Amino acid sequence: MHRSNSRRGFIAGFLFTACAAVIAGCDRISRSSWAPKLLRGGELANRGVQRALTSKTALAQEFSESDLSPEFRSNGTSDPEDDDYQRSAAAGFADWTLRVDGLVETVTELSLRELRSMRSRTQITRHDCVEGWSAIGKWTGVPLSEVLLRARPRPAARYVVFHCADPMDENGTRYYESIDLDEANHPQTILAYELNGKALPVANGAPLRVRIERQLGYKMAKYIMRIELVEEFKQIGGGKGGYWEDQGYEWYAGI
Amino acid sequence: MTAAHRPSTSTPNRYQYVRHSMPVRVMHWVNVLALLMLLMSGLQIFNAHPALYWGKSSYTGRRPVLQMYSRQTADGRDIGVTEVFGRTFHTTGVFGLSEDSGGGLTERGFPSWITVPSNQWLAMGRRWHFVFEWVFVMNGLLYVAYGLWSRHLVNDLAPTRQDWRSIGRSVLDHLRFRHPSGEAAKRYNVLQKITYLGVIFGLLPFMILMGFALSPRLDSLWPGWVDLFGGRQSARTLHFLTALLIVLFTLIHVFEVIVSGLWNNLRSMITGRYEVADAQKQ
Repeated sequence: MHRSNSRRGFIAGFLFTACAAVIAGCDRISRSSWAPKLLRGGELANRGVQRALTSKTALAQEFSESDLSPEFRSNGTSDPEDDDYQRSAAAGFADWTLRVDGLVETVTELSLRELRSMRSRTQITRHDCVEGWSAIGKWTGVPLSEVLLRARPRPAARYVVFHCADPMDENGTRYYESIDLDEANHPQTILAYELNGKALPVANGAPLRVRIERQLGYKMAKYIMRIELVEEFKQIGGGKGGYWEDQGYEWYAGI
Repeated sequence: MTAAHRPSTSTPNRYQYVRHSMPVRVMHWVNVLALLMLLMSGLQIFNAHPALYWGKSSYTGRRPVLQMYSRQTADGRDIGVTEVFGRTFHTTGVFGLSEDSGGGLTERGFPSWITVPSNQWLAMGRRWHFVFEWVFVMNGLLYVAYGLWSRHLVNDLAPTRQDWRSIGRSVLDHLRFRHPSGEAAKRYNVLQKITYLGVIFGLLPFMILMGFALSPRLDSLWPGWVDLFGGRQSARTLHFLTALLIVLFTLIHVFEVIVSGLWNNLRSMITGRYEVADAQKQ
């Protein structure tokens, strides 16, 4: 009995030490300068396979009213700490306009009223956060493709960048995101101004947030102020195409 | 038949043969590494939202089926709590509240000594997960291809008619920790065959499928397919549960390896050579 106890102890000790060594090794690799680049291989393979398996225009699942989450969870910024934004919010966003610029033929400014008068789409979809939770909400908004049609992207334009009002740190870094034109022209990609039949609450991104239904939540920028069309996003923010991308998250957030 | 543990008074004719082919040995250990890394990075990802739900979303009005968190007691102490199907357990130090790699107590699902990276770092955990996901998938596909081509699957893993008839005896043998010796030890027993096939063609592919279900892009492949498994949050729970079953399989597997001759088994999976007593001597 004693012998088998010590053997068990030896094996448990061995496993624990092995585990600790693996984790210490992985921690060192994670902090190295080369590993994150190498580890991106998995992301690129995921993106390739997801795009190969599903068509560009395949629709995300839509749900029924009975599936709606009782309250749509607010994550990240819930009330932007920005004086201009606060003033605009207090005035019901009456003075707010969405500016569309960059590589476009016509720089366009649209008020909330103008956006509401354009063709709208309502969809009940599931919002999947990178953290792991999901919530289901009913969104109404104007298809991004309609807005792009007005501004007419130039042939060189490849990405749509969303510039947001919410500051993310003391330096005033603001939230931003980017998607490619395929995703921008997807029928379910809308600039939403309503959630569950009511004006979009501040906690969920008022006055305007984008819905990109086949990617994770962090792609769906809230508090959108400006949409810029660009050929590449290297020169914007940290250069990775979005606030969370600059913190090491994937640009293509398909899983 | 002699029991494997019986002390050998007269040393019988022992000989070694190649039990596992080189490709199987390499793929076995690649799989061990991949599953270990997937488990540890997976627990890191779980820790970003340490709760599991049943349904299409997390906010259905029902409580999570499992969650881990930390809360303060009446006398101001922080404790770790694990809640399973509405029952709460105090799990301070392990689940809900445990030491990070710096030694300070922090709120976290699984402890830092079992997650990759050790401290909370979701973006990096995802990178590890997505790299080893591909190591695991490629290795698995290669294994199945090799297993079919070399007939390893048919010859060594598919139960024979005789196997099915011996299933009752095999159950009894396992319960008594009795293991075949001599020529019989050269073949997998029927429970072993069923378990291996169940893991290779059941658990592991299901794991991948439930991983697919977590991808909003792949959900659009055939909108609604995820609901066949109860919805995306159910799929996440099933992904986690399957990981637990793989851990359980591994524990039993390692236990059986130990009780049926640790060094002999280990050597056969490293050099390929497995030692048996000559059948004539029995």
